[in-house]
This record gives sequence, structure tokens and C-alpha cells, in this order.
Amino acid sequence: MAAASCTLRSTPLPAAVGSPAARSLLAAPTRPVRANQRCLVAKAQKRELMMWEALREGLDEEMERDPTVCLMGEDVGHYGGSYKVSHGLYKKYGDMRLLDTPICENGFMGMGVGAAMTGLRPIVEGMNMGFLLLAFNQISNNCGMLHYTSGGQFKVPMVIRGPGGVGRQLGAEHSQRLESYFQSIPGVQLVACSTAANSKALLKSAIRSDNPIIFFEHVLLYNVKGEVHGPDYCQCLERAELVREGTDVTIFCYSRMRYVVMQAVAELEKQGYNPEVVDLISLKPFDMETISKSIKKTRKAIIVEECMKTGGIGASLSAVIHESLFNELDHEVLRLSSQDVPTSYAYELEAATIVQPEKVVAAVHKVCGVRVAA
Amino acid sequence: MLAAWRTVAQRRQCPRAPALLAAARHLASQTATASAQSASVAAEVPSSSSGSEPSARLSSSSQQQEERMDFPGGSVPFTAAMSFLGGTFSPRAPLPCYRTIDSAGLAIADADIPHELDQETAVKMYKTMVTLQTVDVIFYEAQRQGRFSFYMTSSGEEATAIGSAAALTNDDVIFSQYREQGVIMYRGFSVQDMAHQCFGNIHEQGKGRQMPIHYGSKSLNFHTISSTLATQLPHAVGAAYALKLQKRNACAVAYFGEGAASEGDFHAALNFAATLKAPVVFICRNNGWAISTPATDQYRGDGIAGRGPGYGMASLRVDGGDARAVYNATAAARKIAVEQQVPVLVEAMSYRSGHHSTSDDSSRYRAAEEMRQWRARDPVARFQRWLVDQGWWSDAQDTSARQEARRDVIKALETAQKAPKPPLSAMFEDVYARMPWHLEKQQAEVFAHVRTHPDACPADIPVK
Repeated sequence: MAAASCTLRSTPLPAAVGSPAARSLLAAPTRPVRANQRCLVAKAQKRELMMWEALREGLDEEMERDPTVCLMGEDVGHYGGSYKVSHGLYKKYGDMRLLDTPICENGFMGMGVGAAMTGLRPIVEGMNMGFLLLAFNQISNNCGMLHYTSGGQFKVPMVIRGPGGVGRQLGAEHSQRLESYFQSIPGVQLVACSTAANSKALLKSAIRSDNPIIFFEHVLLYNVKGEVHGPDYCQCLERAELVREGTDVTIFCYSRMRYVVMQAVAELEKQGYNPEVVDLISLKPFDMETISKSIKKTRKAIIVEECMKTGGIGASLSAVIHESLFNELDHEVLRLSSQDVPTSYAYELEAATIVQPEKVVAAVHKVCGVRVAA
Repeated sequence: MLAAWRTVAQRRQCPRAPALLAAARHLASQTATASAQSASVAAEVPSSSSGSEPSARLSSSSQQQEERMDFPGGSVPFTAAMSFLGGTFSPRAPLPCYRTIDSAGLAIADADIPHELDQETAVKMYKTMVTLQTVDVIFYEAQRQGRFSFYMTSSGEEATAIGSAAALTNDDVIFSQYREQGVIMYRGFSVQDMAHQCFGNIHEQGKGRQMPIHYGSKSLNFHTISSTLATQLPHAVGAAYALKLQKRNACAVAYFGEGAASEGDFHAALNFAATLKAPVVFICRNNGWAISTPATDQYRGDGIAGRGPGYGMASLRVDGGDARAVYNATAAARKIAVEQQVPVLVEAMSYRSGHHSTSDDSSRYRAAEEMRQWRARDPVARFQRWLVDQGWWSDAQDTSARQEARRDVIKALETAQKAPKPPLSAMFEDVYARMPWHLEKQQAEVFAHVRTHPDACPADIPVK
């Protein structure tokens, strides 16, 4: 099936998925969103940056490359963004392309929609993803719909991005996980970055895409360091990342939960387990090719998410897996999610509402059976 | 701030009062950026000086009266008088309403006419009004007969739509609410186009996806209507921003009703447009009714135009039933917007002569006498009278224009009704730039279902 083809014209998938080389960023099965073959050139430069620097670099490169790319939101101009993603860029591109707006999320989201329909490629930054609840009307009724309801006359090539997720004692209103609320909206694509490398490469693709993309960053990941690629490297928006190849069980995760899972994996390895870890990246649409390939191999699946139990990304993914891969499963899909409670301010309570590595370990024990370390 | 401390010191008969006052004044005379800080420091002086002397730098120098203060929030003059403004206090007269033709259609002497209407434009305007009125009447009837599901007339507001449309250029990007069919018609959207859209057939630009009257045409620079009220206002700001970045000689135009102006997006859009200096012309159709809610239950201020100055925006109230005034107001507003790169607010006062839509019966909540009085001030009749007075139109032309319009509209409906509907496959297209796997799967399921249950899909809808 033409599942997760990323170019505007359909191309076959490379055979790299699942191979040891896939774990290396350079060989990751990615491709440009426009037919630019130089994306796969081996001489990609690699440097180590923090995620906010990586995002900033991606933003800078795309703004330089395409004068229709602009950023709007609160404190994104001279202040450089609350998480420094646009730090200093106004000096290079001016106040118009790094536009500070008054405080009204529905206002500047609508502004982004109008600008996108008038030839620009706006990036709308929510200072916190949770604030974009105020922009829900524009996102659902207009951003996701207008390409369709206009009969394809008007397109909405915008990126809606910002930090979400549970931080450190930021209180319930600043700990929202919007991906579960947005996932039903027809017409929008959902992407969650997790490393410095994929954050930059995915953001570049998102900016070049003609679809409206909701791009989820995480409050606690901005200082995560990693190697990043050069200016021509774009990562496919619809492809999951194989974080760790394994055989025993597939653990699906995204965003910060990738690190929680890898922490659990460190412990599980000592206990003799060999889990496969898949970072979903694309929350809508799911990369069924990677997902089904992994489940057919391990026959067991655990979903680790930061969303609430009810109606989360995991709920959708679990349903899709059961429906399409029922006979490939030896165990029902386990879903590790946050509690269905507003996130407490108190440190211990906050920690108890989200998934911790111990829970992931326990879940692997449950599906694989308890093992004695070799 | 200073006045407040004077009052406090006097009331307390505090021995330190002069020193405290001097301290406050000294601190208040710092630079603008420090003024906010000094105000809060001055607030702490009483508590810290309860047992100690004021710090050495606060000298009891001569009392200087500041006339004004550069707060970060605004440079404002001070006053010792407390007087509320607005609401029940010092009520202001409403913004006057600009008109050039009276209710009977007679030209008002010495009216400001910065943009003269030439014969060609005026006649085009009037002919479009005639067509619009014909469309409104016949399409409404067609809906009642069950030929299509929904319609909204614009009776009483023809001059607002067409008068303003005539003053714009084709490069101006238009966002509308739902009662501005006159605007898209003036731009060139034909009666046949309108009929196709209402029937949702294969010929319409929207591919049959939206309900009737949700027109849109990229080629005419008229954005597809979205049902949600006022969401188009921030869109217009975004479009204006794009036009500004692209340095185009054009503006964005956003139409909305007085009811929609209660929505948050209205306030956001006006504030954004003024703050960011976006070239938008906001045109409010204040027709007095939001379904059954009269304007008196919609706001307490001076209409919509009265809000503009609050946002820092040039505003004008105009007689929405006077096509010539609306034309002039819009042309002038457009000129300001494009030349000065700022937004302008125009409030066109009018009356919704028809029902809110085919789902409404306004006789349930409106007095027949009120409706009769307003029909007597029909904007089209007023403009016709003026046109005739110019020697540019005659009764004979009118009769033939109306007959021709009627023939065109009836034929357009017949043609549109007979045309095929878009295929079922189109339901899944244009959701994304390319169809993702989950939509391909859902489409395949729909096709499979229709194959085994042929009556599930109406006979006039092809599958692919």
C-alpha cells in the first residue's frame, strides 16, 4: 500500500528498515518531501546541538530557503520564543517574518490560516500546546477543513508547533497533551519529534508540506542533545523511527516517552529481554508499515504514551493494531498511559500520573513472562 | 499615582507626609521604563519607614507637578478629577451615519462624494442588484419546493454588498460570512455558478462538499465561506499580512454581521489588525437582527463602529441602504488601508428584510409593521431612483432587465438540477495533499459496501 510515501509522487520504500544500519541516523529511511534527491546524499554534516538549537537551525534554514516561510506567535520575535526556538532570528529576517502577536491564540491561529491561504507558509507557535485549546475552533473548523470544503481551491500549508506534555510541576493547565484532542480532526497531520536530529529534520519537512501539520515538541526535551544533519536533510513525516531493534516485544512510544522507555530498556536488557522500540513520530497517520512489520516479528505490543488513558493516541493505535493484526498477536496490546486526572503540581503526584520506567518493565514482564537474568 | 498619595498623606495627617510625598514625586520623575517600578517602590515606602527615616536619596525637594506619565501601557495625562466616561456616565451621541441619497432615492445636496460613480459602474451595480434580488426570490422558492436544502437571502442588504464590492479591485482578497452573495456576483460569479453551488453538483468549485450559499472562488479572490461566525476576520488579518509581506497593492476585506461581532474572533482580529498594521477593511453589515436576537440584545455600546476607535482604528458608519454612500465609504476605506497600511472599520447600517434563512420564520419574532417600513426603504429602489435621476436608467430597461434575470435564474436552476453530482470517491480527496493509508482504507470499505448494497448510494451519485 502506498502507506507512508513522503514525496508528492509515490516512490517505493528502501530496504533499510529493521537493519542495524537503520539505527544510525545517516542510514535512516527518510526522503525529501519535494523531489530533491540530494536529501539522501551521504555527505550530510553532523554536529551536536540541543533540541531547541536544532529546531532553530531548521527554522533558519527553511526561512532562508523560502521567503514565504514566517513565524508568528507570542514573544517569538525580539524575545526569541519562550524556548528560544526563534532566538535572534528577527535580526536576520526582520520583524515581519518573526511576528509578535497580541495574546489571542484563536486570533493568531486564524491569522495563520488566512496567511497560508494567501501564499505564505506560516508557522504558528503556541507558547504551550495547552494554550492552543483556545485555537481549537480555527484548527478544526478552518485549518483542517478549508482545503476540502473549498474543493481544493485553497490550501493551508501551515505548521502549528509548540511545547506540550507534562513538565516539572507546571500545574494542570500547563501540562496538557493536546495530541489526543487533535487526533480526530480531519485534514491535519500530527507529528511528534523526540531527538535533536529528528526535530530539525521533521520540522523542515513539515514546513515544506502542503498539509497543515501539528508539530508536537515537549517542554522537557528542549535541552536534549544530539547530532543533527545538514541543511538538505529532511525526514519523512509519515515514517516511524526504529529506536532499538529487538525480538521479544514491540514497545511503541513517542516524544518524551521514548526516553522513559529506553530507561526501562536498560534495565530490561540486564534482565535478558530484547525489546524492539519504535518511536511513532507520525501520530496521524500511523506508519502501519513499520508498526505491522514489527508486530509480525515480536507478536507482542506495548504502547507507552503520555496521553491520558481515555481517548489517547494509544487508544487509537491499540484499536488499529487489534483490528488489523489480531492474528499476529500473542497477547492483547498493553497500553501504558497517564491517569485520567488533571496533573498535580506536587512532584510525587505528578510523577505518579505519568508512566515511569518501572511500569514499562512490569508491562514487559506481563507480556513476555518474568525471566531470570542470564 | 501622585494624586493618590497626596490624598493618603493628608488623610493620615502623617508627620512624614511631606517627605513621603517628595519621595514619591522624586521616584515618579524617573525615566519612563523605571516609572512602573518607582510606583511600586513608592508603595512600599510607608511600611519600610514605619520606624526608620526615608533613605537619604529621597529628599524633600520642591513639589513639581507632573502633567503626564509615560507608562509602558501608554503615555497619559494626569488629572486630579475622577470622572467616568462611557456607559451611563456622559453618554456620547452615536457616530453619525454617512449617506448621500435619502430614503426615497433623492440625492442629498452637498454630500461628500470623494469617489464619483461613473455610469458604467453604476449601471453594473444596479444590474447586479436586479439579478441578486431575482436570485434571492427564486432560489428561496426553490428551497421551499425542496429542490435544494438551504438558502439565505440578502434582501435589504443589496447595496451594502454591491456598493462595497464595486469599490474594490480584483486583487483585494475577500472573506465573507454568508450573506454577501452580492459581492461574489459583482466580481463575476454567475447565476449558473450560484445554482451549481446550491445543488452541489459536479460543476461547482467546492466539489459539492459544502452546503448551499457557501460559495468560494479562488479565481475571483473570494474565499470559500466557512459557517463558523467571525472566524474569517482573523483570516483577513493573515491575508493582509501576506499582502503586506508580498508588497502588493491590495487589501483584505472581511464582511460580518453585528451579531458575529460579538464573537471573540472579532475583537482579536481588530486588535491584531490595528496593532500589527494590517491593511484590512472590516465591513460590518449591521442589519439589526441575528436570527431572532435584535441588536439591542447584542451589544450596549455604540454599535460596531463605536468599537473601532477603541482598538486604534479609523471607523466610519454609513447608510448600508445607500449604494452610493457605501461605494464611497469602501473606496475611501480601501485607500486608507492600502496607502497607510492600516485597518479600517466600516459599519453599514441596514435591515434584514428577509428571514435569517430558509430555516427561519422571522414573523414569529418581528412586527409586520417594522418589516413593512423597511421594505419601503428598499436599497435597490433607492439606487434605481438615483440612477434614473442621472438619466442612466429607465423603467423600460428595468422591466426587461428583470425579465431577463428571471429567465436566466430559472434556466440556471434547471441546468444545475440536471447536472450530475460529484462521485463518491471525491469524498476522500482533498482532505490531505495526498491520500494517506487510513483514508484509502476507508474509501475501499465504502466502495465495497456500495458494491454489495447498491441502494446505499443514491442513483444520481456515481461511485468513482
